[in-house]
Amino acid sequence: MHLNPDLILLWLVRGLGTISAILVLLILLFLFKEAFPVLREVGIGAFFFDAVWQPTKGKFNLLPMILGTLWTTLGAMILATPLGILSAIFCQFYAPDFLAKLYRRLLELLAGIPSVVYGFWGLLVLVPMINRIQPPGASVLAGILILTLMILPTIALIADASFAKVPTSYLTGSQALGISQWGMVWGVAVPAAKSGLMTAGILATGRALGETMAVLMVCGNVVKTPTGLFDPVRTLTANIALEMAYALGDHRSALFVSGLMLMVVVIGLIAVAEWVVAEGKNYG
Amino acid sequence: MVKQKWGDRLGTGFIWAIPLTITAIFLWIIGDVFWHGLGQINWQFLFTAPIDAGRSGGIAPILVSTAWILLICMGVSLPLGIGTAVLLVEFSDIKTGFGQLIRRSLDTLAGVPSIVFGLFGNALFVKVFGLGFSILSGGLTLACMVLPLLIRSTEEGLRAVPQSYRLGAASLGISQTKTLWHLILPAAMPGFVAGFVLGIGRAIAETAALIFTSGYVDRMPSSWLDSGRSLSIHIYDLAMNISNGNANAYGTATVLITLLLMINALTSWIGATWTNHHFKF
Amino acid sequence: MTTFHPKNTIHPTAIRTENLSLSYDQKIAFQDISLPIPAQKITAIVGPSGSGKSSFLTCLNRLTDLTQQCRVSGKVYLAGKNIFDPKIDVIALRRRVGMLFQQPNPFPFSIYKNLVFPLKEHGITDRSHVEYLIEESLTAVGLWDEVKDRLKSSALRLSGGQQQRLCLARTLVLKPEVILMDEPCSALDPISTGVIEDLIKDLGDRHTIVIVTHNLAQAKRISHQTALFWSQKNVGHLIEVAPTQDFFQHPVNPLTQAYVTGLKG
Ligand SMILES: Nc1ncnc2c1ncn2[C@@H]1O[C@H](COP(=O)(O)OP(=O)(O)OP(=O)(O)O)[C@@H](O)[C@H]1O
Ligand SMILES: [Mg+2]
Repeated sequence: MHLNPDLILLWLVRGLGTISAILVLLILLFLFKEAFPVLREVGIGAFFFDAVWQPTKGKFNLLPMILGTLWTTLGAMILATPLGILSAIFCQFYAPDFLAKLYRRLLELLAGIPSVVYGFWGLLVLVPMINRIQPPGASVLAGILILTLMILPTIALIADASFAKVPTSYLTGSQALGISQWGMVWGVAVPAAKSGLMTAGILATGRALGETMAVLMVCGNVVKTPTGLFDPVRTLTANIALEMAYALGDHRSALFVSGLMLMVVVIGLIAVAEWVVAEGKNYG
Repeated sequence: MVKQKWGDRLGTGFIWAIPLTITAIFLWIIGDVFWHGLGQINWQFLFTAPIDAGRSGGIAPILVSTAWILLICMGVSLPLGIGTAVLLVEFSDIKTGFGQLIRRSLDTLAGVPSIVFGLFGNALFVKVFGLGFSILSGGLTLACMVLPLLIRSTEEGLRAVPQSYRLGAASLGISQTKTLWHLILPAAMPGFVAGFVLGIGRAIAETAALIFTSGYVDRMPSSWLDSGRSLSIHIYDLAMNISNGNANAYGTATVLITLLLMINALTSWIGATWTNHHFKF
Repeated sequence: MTTFHPKNTIHPTAIRTENLSLSYDQKIAFQDISLPIPAQKITAIVGPSGSGKSSFLTCLNRLTDLTQQCRVSGKVYLAGKNIFDPKIDVIALRRRVGMLFQQPNPFPFSIYKNLVFPLKEHGITDRSHVEYLIEESLTAVGLWDEVKDRLKSSALRLSGGQQQRLCLARTLVLKPEVILMDEPCSALDPISTGVIEDLIKDLGDRHTIVIVTHNLAQAKRISHQTALFWSQKNVGHLIEVAPTQDFFQHPVNPLTQAYVTGLKG
């Protein structure tokens, strides 16, 4: 039979596309498959209400790690969001063209620095500095500062792109009304770019939650709910990275449970980001 | 000129201070690494094996492992990525449910934390496929990770090809396959190359996804089924687990950052030379 | 509602559309167009912007297949066969029905490869035959003398008029029966326009040509039959079709009368 090459091509790319499309499902499936044994045995509650995290002895309290992830992420967002947005405002409304371009390039470079290098720098420079203020140095604060540096470029670049999409007529219009630069930015540009800014924040949150190496290297990794900024802390991701190499049985399974938690939160965040974008399109 | 108010002036000052600070920190990080690392780098560092868990000696096997991991990663993700991008752009599948589904899952894939990719790679490639801690497992895991990036960039390349080429070729009765092969893919080359370079940049920077897929072993790999240590894992291990490993960690970080800066320069160069559609045949 | 002139029927038709309609998503581009296109004659389609002229043209070689969300209903008969029949070989169809676009669209190849590419795709690879066909088609569009010494240089370096003639040569090299042209001169300067116009007139003896044009004088000069499309309630309709002489001298429909005297459109 004479086979139409166009048809073969169509089915070939459909096949490849299918593989790309099911990867996410595969990831979820395998996380679940590996997490299932311990979930069946002790239930999800054990991960929050057990006394301690001693997975080899059947104690699975992940709460200190969950809180560790939460505090570091929250802290980084509180710092990085305003700094990132102000960076974008700088690029769009204050800097001369060449400086804006240069600064964008710098942000791209910053986004491309490997997290292990951030962690290394944090370990050798930042942690000793914090140690001088209050030992041990490896702490929630160190994690927050490093994460801030890491997610700031993401926020700044997305925010910059969404400011660039604000119609210039809005801006010149307000200038004609004699509104000051500062007033124009906050009164006109920021509201107009709102959905883009929110997307930037959401995606950056996802990155901060999932970041592993840098926080692993600067946070001290003690399994204890932190009570202050200078306490060492272990995040969910660091916990996986530290223990996965030797974990067996239920222990391994419990680590996959924490991976599954991360995955669920990230999928939730992405869904929210998509919703924000869609809303922005409807009302923007 | 409107007279600037106090708040305005304060705001302006603040807004200039932020990029200055960030630039300073960037220079600090890069400067710190190069300052301590450049002195470590010589032929011997690049071409000999690590001695004493990496405290002395070089990084030759680590460079080789890294190269193999990247090769497998790109070798697998390129055909997948190009095929998917062709499906999304060239066949009217975008607006259909299937196209939407692919796009949605790629958006999600792009947000999956690298440590989760590591768990997945460990469960699937290391355990189910029985590849063990190996260069192959690591490369395949990274292939999944860079896929969304690659597809995005390839798609952009394909969309930049003027529709008039497609219409012109179709109106001459040229099949879609031939049009794609002789006309569209060559014209979309900048997109592929950009995607390729970005993908390598992302893969070479990755650590967390590799720790329990490609493993730690710092010997020269003799096959894809051997465990191999990447540059980034080497930095991590020297910094965290080996006392007195910092000097060589700095050296390795310098190599890694230099590679990344080169990749970055290459990307901008491609962007600059090819945006004007200067391709000849 | 279309006004037909009885004289029309005396010519053998090459293409006949029957109640042809086309829509994009929700938008209907044109509706219920039944137009006979005489063989080896030039048919001009005129009408205001947005009346569906280009859309109509792309139905005749099924270029509509390439546009997402484009729905066609009705029939287009070419040599007695409906080209929208799923059994039709589209590749063969498009070889018989060539097309020239408003913007010259040479491929980013050498001049030579622009012509070889389609030939090769249709299995014509014998070297001397290929070279003969290339010289023939370039001569037919009056480009041979201008480019014979630089066949290997990029087609993108030709002037706009030259590029459009190259595109015409690229169509001719496949020896199509029908050539569709969508405002082929509107992107060109007056001199190039004159050159192309003469070429079209020439080709009209041996080919069935359907040309969309905004230039009424051009339609009058080169075509044998003229059809007026008009957008009513945002949907394109065929208002009147007549031998060109009658179309301009004795238009029947008031819209046509107003259009040809320059009162409307
Ligand atoms: N790809 C498309 N998707 C959606 N609508 C389209 C598309 N192409 C054309 N249209 C719409 O269909 C209608 C007819 O367009 P068409 O291009 O056929 O008109 P035309 O008569 O050729 O106009 P012009 O003289 O400006 O070339 C227009 O309203 C146009 O907006
Ligand atoms: Mg048109």
